[in-house]
Amino acid sequence: MPKDSGIGASSKRREDIRFLTGEGNYTDDINVNGQAYVYFLRSDVAHGTLNSVDTTAAEGMDGVVKIFTGADFEQVGSVPCGWQVTDKHGEVMQEPRHPVLAHGKVRHVGEPIAAVVAETLEQARDAAEAIEVDISELPAVIDMKDAVKDGATKVHDDLTSNLCYDWGFVEENKGAVDQAFKEAAHVTTLELVNNRLVANPMEPRVAVGDFSRGTGEHTLFTTSQNPHVIRLLMGAFVLGIPEHKLRVVAPDVGGGFGTKIFHYQEEAFVTFAAKACNRAVKWTSSRSEAFMSDAHGRDHVTKIELALDKDNNFTALRTDTYANMGAYLSTFAPSVPTWLHGTLMAGNYKTPLIYVNVKAVFTNTVPVDAYRGAGRPEATYQLERLVDKAAHELGVDPIKLRRQNFITEFPYATPVAVEYDTGDYIATMDKLEEMADIAGFAARRKESEAKGKLRGFGVNCYIEACGIAPSNLVGQLGARAGLFESCTVRVNATGGLVVMTGSHSHGQGHETSFAQVVADMIGIPEDMVEIVHGDTANTPMGMGTYGSRSLAVGGSAMVRATEKIIAKATKIASHLLEASESDVELKDGAFTVAGTDKSVAWGDVTLAAYVPHNYPLEEIEPGLEETAFYDPSNFTYPSGAYACEVELDPETGVVTIERFSAADDFGNIVNPMIVTGQVHGGLAQGIGQALLENCSYDSDGQLLSASYMDYAMPRASDLPMFDVDHSCQTPCTHNPLGVKGCGEAGAIGSPPSVVNAVLDAMRSGGSTVDHIDMPVTPHRVWEAMNR
Amino acid sequence: MSEVKMTVNGKAASGKVEGRTLLVQFLRENLKLTGTHVGCDTSQCGACVVHVNGQAVKSCTMLAVEADGAEVSTIEGQAAPDGTLNTIQQAFQDHHGLQCGFCTPGMVMSAAALLKDNPKPTEADVRHYLDGNICRCTGYHNIVKAIMAASGQDVSTIAAE
Repeated sequence: MPKDSGIGASSKRREDIRFLTGEGNYTDDINVNGQAYVYFLRSDVAHGTLNSVDTTAAEGMDGVVKIFTGADFEQVGSVPCGWQVTDKHGEVMQEPRHPVLAHGKVRHVGEPIAAVVAETLEQARDAAEAIEVDISELPAVIDMKDAVKDGATKVHDDLTSNLCYDWGFVEENKGAVDQAFKEAAHVTTLELVNNRLVANPMEPRVAVGDFSRGTGEHTLFTTSQNPHVIRLLMGAFVLGIPEHKLRVVAPDVGGGFGTKIFHYQEEAFVTFAAKACNRAVKWTSSRSEAFMSDAHGRDHVTKIELALDKDNNFTALRTDTYANMGAYLSTFAPSVPTWLHGTLMAGNYKTPLIYVNVKAVFTNTVPVDAYRGAGRPEATYQLERLVDKAAHELGVDPIKLRRQNFITEFPYATPVAVEYDTGDYIATMDKLEEMADIAGFAARRKESEAKGKLRGFGVNCYIEACGIAPSNLVGQLGARAGLFESCTVRVNATGGLVVMTGSHSHGQGHETSFAQVVADMIGIPEDMVEIVHGDTANTPMGMGTYGSRSLAVGGSAMVRATEKIIAKATKIASHLLEASESDVELKDGAFTVAGTDKSVAWGDVTLAAYVPHNYPLEEIEPGLEETAFYDPSNFTYPSGAYACEVELDPETGVVTIERFSAADDFGNIVNPMIVTGQVHGGLAQGIGQALLENCSYDSDGQLLSASYMDYAMPRASDLPMFDVDHSCQTPCTHNPLGVKGCGEAGAIGSPPSVVNAVLDAMRSGGSTVDHIDMPVTPHRVWEAMNR
Repeated sequence: MSEVKMTVNGKAASGKVEGRTLLVQFLRENLKLTGTHVGCDTSQCGACVVHVNGQAVKSCTMLAVEADGAEVSTIEGQAAPDGTLNTIQQAFQDHHGLQCGFCTPGMVMSAAALLKDNPKPTEADVRHYLDGNICRCTGYHNIVKAIMAASGQDVSTIAAE
């Protein structure tokens, strides 16, 4: 019987009411009295020397308040990077300066050169057209392998090369891995591209800066997944504003998917300009600007090899990846191809020896950073394509080969530095086989063939590391921040609660699911709990939402704070009940004394806390408000098995997804409806990567896919209904809710099964092609089948 | 600047606009009806869909002056005066047809236009009709399901939301 409230219930989302009635409060809906508007003049060349920026004519134009260029920011800090990777020789990565506005050189199409602040956006845009920019164009560095050749043009003249770092993991294992390959009965090798993507939350980025001379306080309204992180990075490293004079507000945010984690120069600009102009300054990104200024995702080129013994057991894995950083290091960029990718290369398998090499490369492209899954989709795609290829080379069933090599005992320490606490890969695969109706596939293939179509079936498994992250561990790995989460629970006199979390909701429904947890713990209706997030002025210092961490880390902080509340409320109740504290328990919103009918309601206890007439004042303070900071002791490890069935038209190369099944293990589940929705969205993004999406540059560094006319976003007609199950549950052992996180699974888990299915369909049509790169467009399929 | 007058959600509205002012700008900036969103600049995403004289229109693709004298309906005018959600809005909540909510106003307005023309659409009809509305959060599964449910069709056989 499904629950109708609390943990495990599919409670309807409370935030929907405002979103469905046009009453959401997104950043672009915020207007500050007297605000001016900024338009950024952006580079239209990928690489060049900036000889001069002449703003003389523009300054005299109607409505212009002030025009800024790179020279205005020479004394301002560099946009910081939050993670420092140490390379295989023990050297720290090369880290270029990242100016707010370009100075001296431009390094990618879209880099801001000048900023016009004017009374209206139209006036700012008109004036920007009158700015004369003199650029001597330089050769663009686009291809990663060319970028690291001797004599290549350098993106940054003050660095020794375009190589950010050359990372080996685990370097000490390299000799043993190479030896295992020498002794292998079979080696499967695959070279592939993990295509560059653009996150494309439907709400473009917006930033509004405000400043009060009266108080000396700065306010930044911004589309962020982590307002406290922005406050710290921008305040401490760019503009030199202490946190107590800087408020960052991220109100309703229209999707993030990673790209709204990072601190961007537009945020620093509007904050700086608001003070310089003594009035609020607003920037709203257009979609075209978003394509050339939001951090991109993925963009790996990889060679991966698997060694097997004569019984088809995996004995070693070796990878060699080029990872594009773009022109500058975005906030968490260096961690993505290393610690979020290399540590996942064991996947679901007990491969004993693994070596991962990653060369991170600067190019004249938009910076690349975390996008839904961040490193883990790249790891999963390589591995699960490789295992499929190995199965076909060996003539064994791909599912059987996977099952044979599954990790089956937990906890399991991988050779790539992480320890999986729980999982049951056999159970999720069993579930998947049932959902995907493998037995019926042959008949469905015949039906397709009768229509002149080919049908293919593909599977994959995935493992991810979520609940980011143990601070002491990530500190050793180069993080320049802690990754705890925080929560303050304030109980009001009449019993309602305000829960102030450092997590941020931008579509995940925390206002509903977080309230379910707290209400369940106390035994009160969910509507007695209000969730507050997104404003540094009224939430404790928190690290925000990404990496499927909100419930696992933020939810754990909330549980800890609520436990403190219950402990104090129990003390108060025992006083009111004149009973020993150890005999008093909280159940269904009332405190009772064991073995008696004595009871006091939750609301009476909370009232006593604020009207302490009959209260143990000599023992405890009045009031009922507690804060907890939670730092996880390990990552969480959601896992699962996915199956895709495609139909392929050999005449046109068009691929359609006919069935998609997902069996996930997320541990315990708070709101099954929300979890399923998260998986749906992740699947759409993963299928989008596999079939449609590609961020493309030409060899001159011109961005070819800079609008929805050119970048193929998944539409309703591109996708099927999904079959999603999360009944396989092995709870996380180290957080109080036993939850693992579900936000990224769909995007991590789906691309390999789509490509595996397409190749299966092609094989059924007689093709001998053993790999095809994403996105698997009709053109690529047709070419592969007809070459 | 020219003066435009129109009826928006049943109320008279007017304002001074430039020739280049888009209907969506007039709604958002002059009338402060910020429920209608702008998600792209190429008329692809559909976050700005409103109804003009009963037709679904991308309000980023129409000049405010073109709507002079028109009857305009936006997301703010969809619920009953007492706040009760309309059938489509309620179906979106019941079937979890929204996540971040940014595309939602356009989805609801497009769905209303679809159901007016095609009261019992098939799944394929709905998916085809939504070609001009992009959602990045939901994978469309629950949006399609919500619209079919709003049309009075039994959606219990469609996989759970």
